Amino acid sequence: MKIIVCVKQVPDAKDVRLDPVTNTLAREGVESIMNPYDQYALEEGVRLKEKHGGEVVVVTMGPPQAEEMLRLAISCGADRAVLVSDRSFAGADTWATAYTLEHAIKKIGSYDVILCGKQAIVGDTAQVGPGLATRLGIPYLTCIQKVREENGKGLVVERMMDDGYDVVAVDYPALLTVVKDINQPRVPSLKGKMKAKKAEIERFNAEDIGADPACIGLPGSPTKVVEVFPPEARGGRAVLTGTLDEQLDQLVDKLMPYL
Amino acid sequence: MDYFLSEEQQMIVDVVRQITDERIIPNRAELDEKHEFPRQILNEMAQADLFGVPIPEEYGGFGGGCLEIALTVEQLGRGCIGVGTAFAANFLGVYPIIISGSEEMKQKYLPDVAAGKKFGAFGLTEANAGSDASGIQTTAVLDGDHWVLNGTKQWITNGGEAQIYSVVAITDRSRGPRGASMFVVEEGDPGFSCGPKEKKMGIRASSTTELIFKDCRIPKDRLIGRAGTGFITVMKTLDLSRPGIAALGVGLAQGALDEAVKYAKQRQQFGKPIIAFQAVQHMLADMAIGIESARAFVYSAAKHIQAHPKDMSKASAMCKTYATDVAMKVATDAVQVMGGYGYMCEYPVEKMMRDAKILQIYEGTNQIQRNVIGQELNKEYS
Repeated sequence: MKIIVCVKQVPDAKDVRLDPVTNTLAREGVESIMNPYDQYALEEGVRLKEKHGGEVVVVTMGPPQAEEMLRLAISCGADRAVLVSDRSFAGADTWATAYTLEHAIKKIGSYDVILCGKQAIVGDTAQVGPGLATRLGIPYLTCIQKVREENGKGLVVERMMDDGYDVVAVDYPALLTVVKDINQPRVPSLKGKMKAKKAEIERFNAEDIGADPACIGLPGSPTKVVEVFPPEARGGRAVLTGTLDEQLDQLVDKLMPYL
Repeated sequence: MDYFLSEEQQMIVDVVRQITDERIIPNRAELDEKHEFPRQILNEMAQADLFGVPIPEEYGGFGGGCLEIALTVEQLGRGCIGVGTAFAANFLGVYPIIISGSEEMKQKYLPDVAAGKKFGAFGLTEANAGSDASGIQTTAVLDGDHWVLNGTKQWITNGGEAQIYSVVAITDRSRGPRGASMFVVEEGDPGFSCGPKEKKMGIRASSTTELIFKDCRIPKDRLIGRAGTGFITVMKTLDLSRPGIAALGVGLAQGALDEAVKYAKQRQQFGKPIIAFQAVQHMLADMAIGIESARAFVYSAAKHIQAHPKDMSKASAMCKTYATDVAMKVATDAVQVMGGYGYMCEYPVEKMMRDAKILQIYEGTNQIQRNVIGQELNKEYS
């Protein structure tokens, strides 16, 4: 099996701090980790490889420091690591990110399944997985909580729903985004860590993947983060009383000035 | 304090620390309450290659020495010395093979041990032979191509869970201390069975049982080393493994101090956190002094043992004695600092205190250790 796992380096959620000057996330002194959902995706990929043979390629679009995360992925069982990095990728939103990953994956070659975490804890959009699959023209299934079967030409999986789960079969090539219920990520092994230390991390820049400069980074992003701010603590609250209709009238009166 | 560990040593510490934080600490209370063997946790440790740490590289191990094993076991101890004992006793059962076994024997057993596929256990103690190990009654008689073992071992760690048992038996009583030999008994050998799990004060996750040999027949090639060298192998094994017990003590004490300080900072009495009171501060300070000196001693002793494998008895006995006495005191003081809460099962320190006691008893009581040290001093100065 050829498995590609998309991972992202994010600041540790415990340490979220805003830089008061730039109004962006303060990165200095904040520990970077692999996005938790991606850890589960990686573990599932490694388990599939261990059970059915094959190779796990882990890929990330990120700054040079993301290499550390890729080495961690290798220590947890990934066979190959690709760092897609270029100054021009900076400021990318999920649209531009999906474009960039699409081109990187086309360069990596053929694959049976792409695994992603459900969402990244920074943006929480959950858009890159589905966006990437759409660009690649492959089917995707989100919120996967279990891989039931692998039959050589596809997978049978459980997709988590609000009120239970669906059992869905999908043929290769396909993309899955996974939830934390799917497994428990392993601790790196000693041999894995030794391998990771010596591993060669492949690097792709914008030119390597044939990216159109207008489609990557800030220029390629239809959405722009204008401001990031912590919400003001608001102490005031009101309890509405009366019949339901009366309460609704009061509620509308209160909301109108904000619209 | 910085002990300037090598990159590989730090790697080991990081991996074990993660396992301790993520797998041992959240589960230790339940394992203790249910007297449950931590098989799941040991499997994860196997998958992380930790069972290979002291196994030579040519048998699939990491090739680490005394210090690497001490570092591993110290981290485990911070979580639960029940789990730590299960892990350490595995090597107690395997060191005899490494020290005295033939090449064929090493090839047969060590790769599976390094991979965590088979666990070991060490069978020496009997009902009437604890500190006086020479009083063992288990016999092994050569009958054609087999040895036949008869007797009962008591309080064997990993009993019932291990697959490989290094067992000491008398092969020639007339030769006194040179009349014992060591054998590998495997799970499933005819005439070999394990008793029920003992109920203990502490280290309840560790499985402790009798080993029962009733005309137990094992092939001739299961003899470890030459006949009559049993007690020599035992002494060398214990010399090598005692720093591991010392390290367990350091780990347990560290875990206890961590809990006590955390508690003292947030528990308010008389209008302030109790860590503001000198009485409490002094207790915590003495605990910290004990731990750091024990740690420094264990690491130094481990390095000495790695460099001077023929001269390890005294260093080994000293660090075991000191670190385990520190562990008992620190665990007790941690309960005291935490007062009524420390006594409750909801908090982890009462278990640490119950667990710590065994450290002063097994692998040679601290009284026996002092005998060893005294005898070594006597030899040194003659």
